[in-house]
Amino acid sequence: MSEGDHNTGSEEPQEAPGLNRRHFLKYLGFGAIGAAPLPILPSLLRKTLDQKTVRSNGAPALAPNGQIRQWTMIIDLRYCDGCQSQGTPPQCTTACIEGHFSPEPMEWIEVYEAELPGDGTQFIPTPCQQCQNPPCVNVCPVAATFSTPEGTVLIDQNRCIGCRICMAACPYDRRFFNWGSPPVPPEALLADYSAEHQVPAKKGTVMKCDFCPDMARAGTLPYCVQGCPNDAIYYGDLEEDIATNGEEVVSASRLLSQNQAYRLKEDLNTKPRVYYIPGHGEAVGRDAFTEGRQPTEWPWIERAKGAREWKR
Amino acid sequence: MEAVGTWRERLEQTALAPVVNTSRWYYLWVAFLLAVLAWGLYAYSVQLRDGLIVTGMRDRISWGLYITTFVFFIGISHAGTLISAILRVTQAGWRTPVTRMAEFITAVSLACGAMFVIIDLGRPDRLLNVIIHGRWQSPIVWDVVAITTYLTASLMYLFLPMIPDLALFRDRLPGKVPRWKLWIYRIFSVGWVGNNSQRRSMASAIALMMLLIIPIAVSVHTVVSWIFAMTLREPWNSTIFGAFFVAGAIFSGIAVLIILMAVLRKVYHLEEYITEKHFKYLGFLMTAMAMIMIYGNLSEFITVGYKLEGEGEFHFEQLFLGQFAGFYWYYFIGGLIVPCLLTLLPWTRNIRGVVLAAVLVTVAMWIERYFIVVAGLRVPLMPYEPASYTPTWVEWSVMAGGFALFALLITIFVKVFPILSVWEIAEEHESAEQSPAPAPLVPEAVAAPAGGG
Repeated sequence: MSEGDHNTGSEEPQEAPGLNRRHFLKYLGFGAIGAAPLPILPSLLRKTLDQKTVRSNGAPALAPNGQIRQWTMIIDLRYCDGCQSQGTPPQCTTACIEGHFSPEPMEWIEVYEAELPGDGTQFIPTPCQQCQNPPCVNVCPVAATFSTPEGTVLIDQNRCIGCRICMAACPYDRRFFNWGSPPVPPEALLADYSAEHQVPAKKGTVMKCDFCPDMARAGTLPYCVQGCPNDAIYYGDLEEDIATNGEEVVSASRLLSQNQAYRLKEDLNTKPRVYYIPGHGEAVGRDAFTEGRQPTEWPWIERAKGAREWKR
Repeated sequence: MEAVGTWRERLEQTALAPVVNTSRWYYLWVAFLLAVLAWGLYAYSVQLRDGLIVTGMRDRISWGLYITTFVFFIGISHAGTLISAILRVTQAGWRTPVTRMAEFITAVSLACGAMFVIIDLGRPDRLLNVIIHGRWQSPIVWDVVAITTYLTASLMYLFLPMIPDLALFRDRLPGKVPRWKLWIYRIFSVGWVGNNSQRRSMASAIALMMLLIIPIAVSVHTVVSWIFAMTLREPWNSTIFGAFFVAGAIFSGIAVLIILMAVLRKVYHLEEYITEKHFKYLGFLMTAMAMIMIYGNLSEFITVGYKLEGEGEFHFEQLFLGQFAGFYWYYFIGGLIVPCLLTLLPWTRNIRGVVLAAVLVTVAMWIERYFIVVAGLRVPLMPYEPASYTPTWVEWSVMAGGFALFALLITIFVKVFPILSVWEIAEEHESAEQSPAPAPLVPEAVAAPAGGG
């Protein structure tokens, strides 16, 4: 600012006031026009890069009345003894791990042992609650996790950026992260990846229970329902009002209302699709004061190449 | 007039000195920073190869040092906004020697903070998905928008008042510095000669940016807090979070600015311009923010603690008595109460005392971010044993690398760009000398008024 003294400035003729302001406003206007296309930039990018929109596999299943099926799960805790009587780890978890090759230590359906008011315990098998007001879907920055017309919440591991805000947002602790390269058995590598099956697992992405809608559409039941030795888990469709545990077919609404069914953390208004009928395994002869269950196992882990253990 | 001339000459020499003279210590310092940065890069390469498994984070405590450091850096970026925008708006004339440093901190810490979010990603290779598939409903996208806006605005706000000083460098430095530096000065001084119309343009541009940048800065740290507050976690589920984060941001920003001021003052002999008064005033500002923080703590904890609803009891137990008690009480006593005393009591109300307070505050505010993130995630959501989190060497190394990069960028900035806002100091000096001040050539909003500070 050698020439920029106050004195040199005042010698110059005064320019018309407002001239610069007019220029300034003009540039501001050009700037605004230039910035206007910014919001459509992402869609242009999407077109250019030809990114496929993620959705679940095929068309949604239809109920007899032509409406889209609304998958639900009803877990009858009166029949769940945490597989104490079998002397095995919870079989729903094991079947799920076998079916999805979910890497250790992920338990997409986890059997929690919760304390009862009178000091005993109950077992609560907990899959993803498939919320209808899902906090995880709300916060995802890239729509990698999304709600489907069938009322399930899925994750596209090909889009997930691994920011883990969905894990912070899930109030049920039902989301799991592939912290390293997930161990995968050879047969899993042959699987066709889909958001409905999540095989094979992908490094640096989030996974969780997918509610097995592909199996339901094919006419079979989810792994956990098939795996339960006490037939405590019902899977069904709220649209047709039908549910089955593999043994009997019942009216879902009747089963819920006649047995004081509840949902986890109802007060959060997440509107889960998983219902519970209160109990502690009494229908299969479990005493509430018999505590403990066998630890979960990952039977296929030994066949997986380069498997590393990591603890939660 | 003669006295003013030599005063002016001395000011310009002081501002030019760091660019012209380079001591051996400078190279040693840069070498040290580069070594730490290289180590951090090595640690990050390990993380890229093996995944986040090399960190201490796991499914139940899924954010750790990286997110802590991200929040911390975005926080200290508020130094620039406060000192140069808020003090400029309020026409506090004493701010002039420290504005440039504050603006350096803003630009550099924003860049470093944004970097830590990317470091935390499981799939950094898919970063562009945030733009291609971005959803406006996600707090992460709010953050991306807010931080990039703030970075753009603060770079402009750093650049605009620097134009006259860059022109000074352009005119004074030929033959004394390498050609690339002169090239930078020529390009970025955008033909400044200091005539009336240029002054008016710059003044209105600064005035506009000054008004724009304050709401942008407030929005940035509010949105950062919403990453946490938009979840259904007990300790984060708080309406006060946004305001609390903004207050904490300005608080830690002042502290880092005081530390940087002390260092640059010592290294580049700025004692004439950065005086005890500046430390005292910034110390008072820091104390004011500390009191807001104390109030925020009490307000939040009493409303929750009185009722102890839900997991509140568990959280309070771990925070005040359990795993995080050491951190919490250091933060509350060492980071909020002791700094207040140091800056207010007459025996410690000097440069040493204020700098010590600033160091305490800086450490405490990093720790506060740490227990907000980690203790918040540790509260169990389901009937399971609370998880634990211990950062690994990779996380510590990457974090050290991040701080080294921060220091390195500041060091380089200081070597290339003017650390003192020469024209503002001169104007302030002149208006203080000749009272009543002559009609200023720059509009009121920008010209420092007589007797400011």
